[in-house]
Amino acid sequence: MAERRDEKMSTVVDIQGLSKSFGSHEVLKDINFSVNKGEVVTIIGSSGSGKSTLLRCVNLLEKPSGGQIIYNGENILDDKHNVHQYRKNLGMVFQSFNLFNNHNVLGNCVVGQIKVLKRSKEEAEKVAKKYLHVVGMDAYVEAKPRQLSGGQKQRVAIARALSMEPDVMLFDEPTSALDPEMVGEVLKVMKELAGTGLTMLIVTHEMEFAREVSDRVVFMDKGVIAEEGTPEQIFNAPQKDRTKEFLQRTRK
Amino acid sequence: MSIEWIIRIVVEYWPMFLRGAGVTLLIALIGTVFGALIGLLSGVLRTIPMPEKGSKRLLLKVVNLILSAYIEFFRGTPMIVQAMVIFYGAAMAFGYQMDPLIAGIVIVSINTGAYMAEIVRGGIISVDQGQYEAAQAIGMNHVQTMMNVVLPQVIRNILPATGNQFIINIKDTAVLSVISISELFFQTNSIAGNNFRYFESFFVVCIIYFIMTYTVTLILRYIERRMDGPANYVIAGEMDTAEDIKRKTTGA
Repeated sequence: MAERRDEKMSTVVDIQGLSKSFGSHEVLKDINFSVNKGEVVTIIGSSGSGKSTLLRCVNLLEKPSGGQIIYNGENILDDKHNVHQYRKNLGMVFQSFNLFNNHNVLGNCVVGQIKVLKRSKEEAEKVAKKYLHVVGMDAYVEAKPRQLSGGQKQRVAIARALSMEPDVMLFDEPTSALDPEMVGEVLKVMKELAGTGLTMLIVTHEMEFAREVSDRVVFMDKGVIAEEGTPEQIFNAPQKDRTKEFLQRTRK
Repeated sequence: MSIEWIIRIVVEYWPMFLRGAGVTLLIALIGTVFGALIGLLSGVLRTIPMPEKGSKRLLLKVVNLILSAYIEFFRGTPMIVQAMVIFYGAAMAFGYQMDPLIAGIVIVSINTGAYMAEIVRGGIISVDQGQYEAAQAIGMNHVQTMMNVVLPQVIRNILPATGNQFIINIKDTAVLSVISISELFFQTNSIAGNNFRYFESFFVVCIIYFIMTYTVTLILRYIERRMDGPANYVIAGEMDTAEDIKRKTTGA
């Protein structure tokens, strides 16, 4: 009982009955789950299971068709709610990095702080350099995105999101577009971040990583949450047949 | 003979050529700059995401309709005709003679704006969707996204097309001689009318037009190269020393 109450108090984002359709195609059906403060949650599942769509619904890059997203006790899907105000509390890391091509590394980490958070240039640069140091990219402040490797770009993208000092970090398959030898450097940074108590919601295909870093694993299949539990429960003792099948296929 | 006449014409009439070239450049430059600004503004307006309902949606539809009408009308009629209609139309409607130079700048600006609107729209479409998403995810609104992320990239992308437009404008201001603007073509006509040496006079002006357009081309190429910067990024202390290069090239 005590644990439950604790959980409720520290929920960062609470998703209730969320659904999403593209035309007549229902991608997400009645999704209920929440992310608690300091928790690392990974979403796994095969391609087309809706896990990326779910993540993109959380920060409204996709507009949900139904349901509620509760943040700070308010349903942010209400018409009156300001989407831009909400989004600055969520950091997003994309599969394809999406660094701003017209800014250098420092500029990428600074522009949002200045324009959205209205921080001063000095403060913004200080914060940006702090997080660029965390991801090990502080030597590249002047570099343009096209001068960087994929792994370096993704680490800058992580620093850019961290510089906004969000309540929760969303990762949308952050290593899927990387060459195999660069996957390690990004996962290492993410593991370090998980160790600092950062709240993280991660969509990934890296099963070993998910097992190692997660507090909770969500398995999605055909637009619903098929199973949810600790990494031990999901990876060592899955209950549902669909989960077992999926894990068997990924193990080989 | 011809060569002698060409030299005589240059020596005798160079101040007139120079004044004409100045007026031509002035109209073309100001017209291109204003046209590009009209194009950028129209591009931003036409890419505002359509709200699902409400008065804003209606307003945006009306704005889009006006912009489309403007673009189609001014792209679909010859500039020489527009010049006549605007110049004599203004004289009739307001009962006063517009200064021909001002009229010329207005006509070239409006005409260029119609073309630039489409060029800018193409430039905005060509910016990767991920750039918008990253800007939105950081909490930027449409205007912030445009000003800080998209338009700087659009300007780089449309630079060659804008240069093209500038060159077209340098040449097409010749049609403004119909409203007796003393630009380069008009001046040459006067010169030729003075000495009845049509071939020689227009041969000289042909060279002058080419020098102007080719200079613009070279300047724009230089700006493009400056904007792109080098392809590689060297961290301080990581540059190859002379010994490194020697070792690498000798294979030792």
